[in-house]
Amino acid sequence: MNLQTDPSKGDGADGTQMSEADTDSIVVRFAGDSGDGVQLLGGQFSQATALDLNSLATFPDFPAEIRAPIGTTYGVSAFQIKFGSRMIKTSGDLPDVLVALNPAALKVNYKDVRTGGLIIVDSGSFTERNLKKAGFNVDPREDGTLGEHRTIEIDISALTLEATKQFDVTQKEALRGKNMWTLGLIYWMYDRTTDATEKFVAGKFGAESPVAQANIAALKAGHAYGETAEVSGDIQQTRVAEVEFAPGEYRLVTGAEALSWGLVAGCELAGIDMTFCSYPITPSSPILHILSRLKNFGVTTFQAEDEIAAACSAIGASYAGNMGITASSGPGIALKTEAIGLAISTELPLIIVDTQRAGPSTGLPTKTEQSDLFLTVWGRNGDAPMVVLSARSPGDCFETAIEAVRLATKYMTPVFVLSDGYIANAAEPWMIPSMSDYEPFPVSYRSEVEGFQPFSRNEETLARPWVKPGTPGLTHRIGGIEKADGSGNISYDPENHQRMTDLRNDKIANIAKDIPAQAVELGNDSGKLAVVGWGSTYGPINRAVANMRDVGLDVAHIHIRNLWPLPENLIDLLGKYDMVLVAEMNNGQMLTFLRSQTRQDIDGHLKVTGQPLTIKEVEDAIRARVQG
Amino acid sequence: MNVQVEPAKLKAKDFASDQEVRWCPGCGDYAILKAVQMALANMGAEPDNTVFVSGIGCASRFPYYMATYGFHTIHGRAPAVASGVKLANPDLDVWIVSGDGDALSIGGNHLLHVLRRNMDVQFLLFNNEIYGLTKGQYSPTSQIGQKSPSTPQGSVDAPIDACTFALGCNARFIARGIDIQAKDLGYVFTRARDHKGASFVEIIQNCIVFNDDAFAHFTEKKVAKETQIHVVHEEKLIYGADSNKGLRIKPGAFELEAVTIGENGITEDDILVHDETNKVLASLLIAMKPPTMPVALGVIYCDSAPSYEQAVKDQIEGAKAKGLGDMDALLRSGNTWTVS
Ligand SMILES: Cc1ncc(C[n+]2csc(CCOP(=O)(O)OP(=O)(O)O)c2C)c(N)n1
Ligand code: SF4
Ligand SMILES: [Mg+2]
Repeated sequence: MNLQTDPSKGDGADGTQMSEADTDSIVVRFAGDSGDGVQLLGGQFSQATALDLNSLATFPDFPAEIRAPIGTTYGVSAFQIKFGSRMIKTSGDLPDVLVALNPAALKVNYKDVRTGGLIIVDSGSFTERNLKKAGFNVDPREDGTLGEHRTIEIDISALTLEATKQFDVTQKEALRGKNMWTLGLIYWMYDRTTDATEKFVAGKFGAESPVAQANIAALKAGHAYGETAEVSGDIQQTRVAEVEFAPGEYRLVTGAEALSWGLVAGCELAGIDMTFCSYPITPSSPILHILSRLKNFGVTTFQAEDEIAAACSAIGASYAGNMGITASSGPGIALKTEAIGLAISTELPLIIVDTQRAGPSTGLPTKTEQSDLFLTVWGRNGDAPMVVLSARSPGDCFETAIEAVRLATKYMTPVFVLSDGYIANAAEPWMIPSMSDYEPFPVSYRSEVEGFQPFSRNEETLARPWVKPGTPGLTHRIGGIEKADGSGNISYDPENHQRMTDLRNDKIANIAKDIPAQAVELGNDSGKLAVVGWGSTYGPINRAVANMRDVGLDVAHIHIRNLWPLPENLIDLLGKYDMVLVAEMNNGQMLTFLRSQTRQDIDGHLKVTGQPLTIKEVEDAIRARVQG
Repeated sequence: MNVQVEPAKLKAKDFASDQEVRWCPGCGDYAILKAVQMALANMGAEPDNTVFVSGIGCASRFPYYMATYGFHTIHGRAPAVASGVKLANPDLDVWIVSGDGDALSIGGNHLLHVLRRNMDVQFLLFNNEIYGLTKGQYSPTSQIGQKSPSTPQGSVDAPIDACTFALGCNARFIARGIDIQAKDLGYVFTRARDHKGASFVEIIQNCIVFNDDAFAHFTEKKVAKETQIHVVHEEKLIYGADSNKGLRIKPGAFELEAVTIGENGITEDDILVHDETNKVLASLLIAMKPPTMPVALGVIYCDSAPSYEQAVKDQIEGAKAKGLGDMDALLRSGNTWTVS
């Protein structure tokens, strides 16, 4: 990228140097103490980047502690963004630029920076005390630790204080403007204006408030710092060309937003009110927060006393005729298991959103992983089949959520929607859909008294009738005890249990006919190697496969959204490749799962570091298997 | 002009489903079932608008026997399921049926929250001080020393009193009845249904198989009058075969005392009047135990407060009144840009 190119290459009109990036994407990582406002900085930069028509993907990486002791490595918060003039599909592998607002942020992140990359540090924070807290015995700026990189030291702390001293703010408040100063500088580096952020700050604190004025002053000071001669030739302004997006209206969207909105949209298409019941847990909570603000859409949100109650109250709501939805992450999903079995047995619609996080038990709450596949497809007592869908990207959460509402209501079944911590928090530009693009799928409730049986079935879907309590003449009882086919009365009859088990199985298996056939994302529908992924690994796999195809390797990308039932053609399709490689962020769950469905030899690229897959590792995995 | 035809008044049997009742012969649950069916008929309840939600246990089989809507859920979770039902459709008349293990052991958390939120439901706790369905293990209400398959030498667990628990959870309606006292139960059920908010009713229930006569010391006919007090709002707290016993505040102490009118200079004027809105009095009445004190029965506490689902509904209606949500507008809120 251009930061290494000859600074004399091209002059901006105002005399500062400006060049078009000579590669088509740039990765910047901001890192600082959790109190430094790094996430806000990243969010603002993403907005501005999107408005400048660059494609982008982000990766916020927060510490698990809310307020970790200041200056420690475990209190470091980071935000990575990859942006560029071609379609960006991941938040990037190695940063080209690292901005470290304190020694701990440098310590945690410098090793990731690409060789020759740029590191900007706030030298004002490099006190002996902070160096010690970060675990540096010697100042890394002096002992060659950063030797492979170019380092620029700027006393951001002092410059921020200087820029804000005229305002009536405390020193502490003034120093909080460090993130704004940094943002200003980065805006300058990528030729972005400060307008939108100035508006944002004024809106947040009130235009007249000293805090707003100090923040805006810091922002402008950072921008001016880049503009004026104060910058050494090391930092140079870069303009990343616009991406040719398809025509349409766009916005940035995170997975949590798109998922919440998709659920509301799905309920609108179904013509049904939503009752959303949840118990707070990272990284699922944003869905509860977002939906609780959408009461004017007829959304009821209920913060239950625990995840069991959340699942059960959602089931109660579905029983009463609403779309009952619950959401959680790993440990909370485990708690909901028994209730989900009840919804399967009583054949009620229910949606369970699982925003996956890393590890068993508490694991790594703020890190990402896709290790709940077994839990969702197989993890219940008894033979208890249900639908499992997974979203591949923030924007895709919208479509997946709508599909979940459609399947749950049409087939009277619980549906799992799998997202993960990465998708939930990451933002991407999203072409905003129009509700008129979607075909409504209105639900129908049974009200006909004649011939009513609670467990009679629709011939096509095998779904039982949905009766709202309150409907005249249709009183009936349901429950988790095995019920007689048709009448629904308690039944301990052995043959009946066999029949009901088969019916529950067939109903779900039959849904395979009502979902899209498995497509090949990239490459041919037969050949040497297919890389199979699901969920948030879409971006890195897709880019890696594209890159390897560009150098002539025979490789294809297959991405599975419908985890259960699987698309009808999937197993045949896989059979058309000499080799199948599953790349996933767990210890081999999709791998084992697919092996259970086919006798084909399937291989895996597995990773559980709590970090997304990188393009490079997928490329390496492909290279290890196919040669040009 | 339309002539309004009064629907034919339903009878108790109209609330009975066609399912064969499968409790052990002689189980107290039969009498409670009859009492509920009778009370619903007398109240003019509509089967189509009534939902019974239960957990798991002998008591929790209850919904199958009612000709209303019914949901037999999972162990301990009935209050949570019922909360969802009520939130989705506040117009439904929602009853929860639960056992002492279901309500106070595995489901203790949900009972706590449905009561403190004041969800408008009726919670009937069938207390037999034993786990009936799983064949007789001791329960959280079993007395210390209870011998059971899991406590061959007698239980060493200190029990919880159901009504005390409910009061601690800020329940706004607390009543107690006995399985065989159908008329009193009927009154309590009617009051519970009329009370907007969570209504908690403990029903003393005899498990003839695993804990027979656990309550005989105050339910047997020959001792009942001396060991039970049926409290009535704004009436004197008087009991006894000769209606000459009563409750007063013990002089110089902050506790109730059972006294005899006409003895030691006690007159009727000394006897307390029941005030069902008085939480302190409720806590003292609930705690009374034979032999020194009678067991308090009837509506012990009733002091209504706004119900939860109503407040939730008000917020939603308030938000809708400011403008119904428009999905296309929501998707376009905040920063957007157009590529042409
Ligand atoms: C999750 C779960 N754990 C345990 C059980 C077994 N179980 C069923 S009912 C019950 C206790 C019932 O006692 P209680 O609630 O007092 O009801 P009763 O049978 O006495 O009416 C137990 C332990 C179960 N069904 N589900
Ligand atoms: S075991 Fe006890 S509580 Fe259960 S049905 Fe029999 S008598 Fe009733
Ligand atoms: Mg019991």
